[in-house]
Formats: sequence, structure tokens, C-alpha cells
Amino acid sequence: MPLLDDKVKESVKTLLSVLTRNVKLIVFTQEKECSTCMDAIVLAEEMAALSGKISIEKYDFGIDKNKTDQFKIDKVPSFAIIGATDSSSSQWKDYGIKFSGIPAGYEFTSFLNAIKMVSLGNSELSQKTKDALKTINKPINIKIFVTLTCPYCPTAVMLANRFAFENDLISAEMIESAEFTDLAKKYNVYGVPKIVINENIQFEGALPEDLFLAKILSA
Amino acid sequence: MDIFFEVPKDVKITSPSTDKLYDVIIAGSGPAGMTASVYCSRKKLDTLLITKDVGGQVVWTSGIENYMGYQYITGRDLSEKFYQQIEQFPISLLKDVGPCHLEKLENKFAVNCGEKKYYSKSVIVATGKRNRELGVNGEKELLGRGVTYCSVCDAPLFKDKIVAIIGGGNSALTAAIDLISYASKIFIINILDNLQGDEVFLDKIKNSNKAEIILSSEVSKIKGTEKVEGITVKNRKTSQIREIELDGVFIEVGLMPNSEFANNLLNMNDQKEIVVDCNCKTSIDGIFACGDVTAVLDKQIIIACGEGAKAALSAYRYLLGIK
Repeated sequence: MPLLDDKVKESVKTLLSVLTRNVKLIVFTQEKECSTCMDAIVLAEEMAALSGKISIEKYDFGIDKNKTDQFKIDKVPSFAIIGATDSSSSQWKDYGIKFSGIPAGYEFTSFLNAIKMVSLGNSELSQKTKDALKTINKPINIKIFVTLTCPYCPTAVMLANRFAFENDLISAEMIESAEFTDLAKKYNVYGVPKIVINENIQFEGALPEDLFLAKILSA
Repeated sequence: MDIFFEVPKDVKITSPSTDKLYDVIIAGSGPAGMTASVYCSRKKLDTLLITKDVGGQVVWTSGIENYMGYQYITGRDLSEKFYQQIEQFPISLLKDVGPCHLEKLENKFAVNCGEKKYYSKSVIVATGKRNRELGVNGEKELLGRGVTYCSVCDAPLFKDKIVAIIGGGNSALTAAIDLISYASKIFIINILDNLQGDEVFLDKIKNSNKAEIILSSEVSKIKGTEKVEGITVKNRKTSQIREIELDGVFIEVGLMPNSEFANNLLNMNDQKEIVVDCNCKTSIDGIFACGDVTAVLDKQIIIACGEGAKAALSAYRYLLGIK
């Protein structure tokens, strides 16, 4: 059954018409014990049908070990968004941007903007922030717990994705709390967005660029 | 809740400029601000809309059944329709800004948003309201650890949990309705002897068989260390204390006006709402106000829209007079 209705498809098509370089949605699913895995595949296929710049690769979490290790996938469904680094698509880059769970609801905005950012090659962060991110020399993992009905959450997800785009040591993962309830319980998610940086820094709320950056720099 | 897909809203509207003198700056983009934007644009006023986030309080509202033309519409969908309407006009939009302040200069106004200032001949204040805090022990300490002000955001996190909603107005009752599909039990605790919200909401809540309503009572403490573990409730008539073990506290005890934008500039009532006349004029010529930030008694979407239209037309008449 299709996920996107005709009106949404039309809007998405317009938004994606500005894409320049090719983008690949890498979808990790499994057949059993995953109620939303089929939706993940349908969403990826519908997105690819709306832009010639988007292609998809599908992998099974239990079977394709090399790929799950390569993209550090530990749950399904999960999407990694990678981008071609030149116009001929001879090389692809993983920016460390992942969405775990279906990026529907308000998170569809985050998902579309991540695709745009990877294709257009512009994080739209301030120069001051970009310079500060260059000084980071150790791995930083940002988990952003969301619900799909939270209008605040995309601000946090999109900012984390922008940070990941600017520095290869930074990775960002949107996690849909209602889908991964055990993980939400483990990290005491009682309000969203909840951000966990490198396991040791945790906070709730969508901080502005400079304050979110300060949290990352202190990790 | 049905699955939906929110598409980014940044297609047609133009970027703001610090170099020009706008006819009107509208602060806030809830129903009042967005309606004012449409009316200003249709009068061909050079308009800048400045807002923290598009939509205002209506975005947090799950379902609306009293906006004419729609028997039922979600807050998100109604806000989207408002936005689509302003998109048709060539207004400038500055969004995702932090706190801004209004300044009166000689013959013009400035809106100061940190590093940048924007100038105009007239201003419409439509900055709305935000959630009021309860002001009890544990509220600040446990915020994000079970204490929340956003039921539409956080309701899915309380599946099979026991929660309390503090308040008795429509916001409290819609929070209860948001939680019916998730929580195992819902306490609704109100300080007054009855619930002020609409009967139609109350029927839905009662039919769920999940709610226990506690009236004439106030929460004196929210308990917990790492997360919310319970609340202490005191009956105001009998002084009887009841301890309730639960996992989440949703605070819906009313709203505070976002009138700091015009602090020390405009006449306000004791609740810090901007005082306006029947044409949305404030105490300063050229500044108009509309919607929930004003002292207009009833805070309703349809009223905010009407006031937004009035403020825009008053601003138009003011501009004709000074041209």
C-alpha cells in the first residue's frame, strides 16, 4: 500500500527538483519481528520514484553482515543517506547520517532536508560553527530520540545531521522512540527531542546552533 | 494517530532585508499573525513576518472542532492551510529567530533580533501565549524526566503508563484525549470544583474508562529522583492529602502572554496582556496587537483570526494617514 498520497508526492517532487548530485538511500530491514520494515522499503521506493537523483539499496539485517557492519547498523528499519562526491557518481560518501524507524510525521521534513543537504553539498551552518566543528578530533555519536508528532524534534535532528555532514568523525542518528521502546527506556526518554552524545551527555529540547555545538565540544 | 508526512515549508516566500523600511512588521505566526499577513498582503503592504516557529499554539492542538468550515481538522493541518494561504503572497519571512524586541524610533519602529534589526512604519504584535508553569517542587527538576508541557509530542512515550494531567480547561482535556490511546490510567487534577473544558471532550474521556477526575485539589509536589515517581495531591476543602504513584505529569494550567516583545512600551493589564481598543490599536500610534497576546477575553482560533484581520486593516488605515 502506498505511503505518500498524491498531494505529498507533488510537493516532494518540487522540493527534490533542486537536487544536483546523486543520493543513495540504503535501507536495512528484516523479514521477521519488524512491523514497519515493509513500510521502510515502500517509503524508499516511493522517494526514488520522485527524483532521478535518488537510488536505493536494500539489505537484510541478518544476512548482509558486511553492510550492517560498514554502516554500523544495530536496529531495523534503518536508513543511511549517502551522497555522490562528484557529478559522475564515481565515488560515494557516508556522512554518518541515519534514520532509525520510519521518518514519517514531522520527521519527514528532517529526512527530506538530509537528502537535500547531501545532494547540494551545503550544511548551511554558520562559518563560526563550521570552524569549531573542524577542531573535533575524536568520534562523536549523536542520538536524537523523537516522536513523529513532535513539532520541535526536526530542529534537533536537522542540526545534528548538519554537524555530521561537516565532520567525518561525527555521526547522527534519529531514533523513533515509539518504535524502539526498549532503547527509549534504556536512555530514560520521557520527553522529546532527547539528545544523547557519546553516551555521557544527555539533554532534552531543541537547542539553538551555538548551544548544541557547545554540548558537542564538551563531549 | 494516522500516519502523516510533513513537507518542509520554505518554497515561495522571500528573505527578509535589514536595509529597507517595511510598511508593516508582523511579529508571530499563529492564526492572528498569519491572518494579518494575508490581509496586509492583499492591501499590497510591504510586509515582513517575524516568527520563532511557524504555526503558533495551534500546531500543538490535536483536533479542532470549532473552526468554521471544518467539522474536524487537526491543528497541524489547519496551520498548514493557513501557511499555504500566506504563501500565495509576496511577503518576507524571518523564522527560527530567538527573542526579538520592539523599539520605537522617530517616525518608525525597529524590531531588534540580536545581531540584526528590521525597520517598519507600523507593527502588528501577534506573539501569542506560552504554557504557564505550575510552580511546585519537582517540576523544574523532573522536566523531561516525566514532567512535560507537550502532550502531542510526548504522549507516545507513556504507553501502558500511569499519568496525571494538571488543569481542567480545554488544553487539559485535549491532552487527556491525546493520552487515551497510550496511557493505562489518566488522573485529571483540577484546582476548581469542576472542569471548564468543553463537554464534548469530557464525553470522550469518560467513555475511555481510563480517567479518574480529582476536583478541588492541587498538586503540591512532584516526586522522583531520576524520573517522576509520584505526586502529592491536597484537597483544598478537606486538606486531605493523597499520594499517587505514577510515571508522567502533563501540565496544562493555562498560558502566559509572550508580551516581553513589547515590554515597557505598551499598556498591559495585570496579566501582562496587551490592552487594545476595538480596532486592535495599542497605546502607541502605529502599533497594533491581536490574538492571544492581547487582553481580548476569549482565546479561540477563530477569534484570533478575526482580530488579525482587524489589526491589519487598522494598520492599513494608519499607513494611509501617514503617507
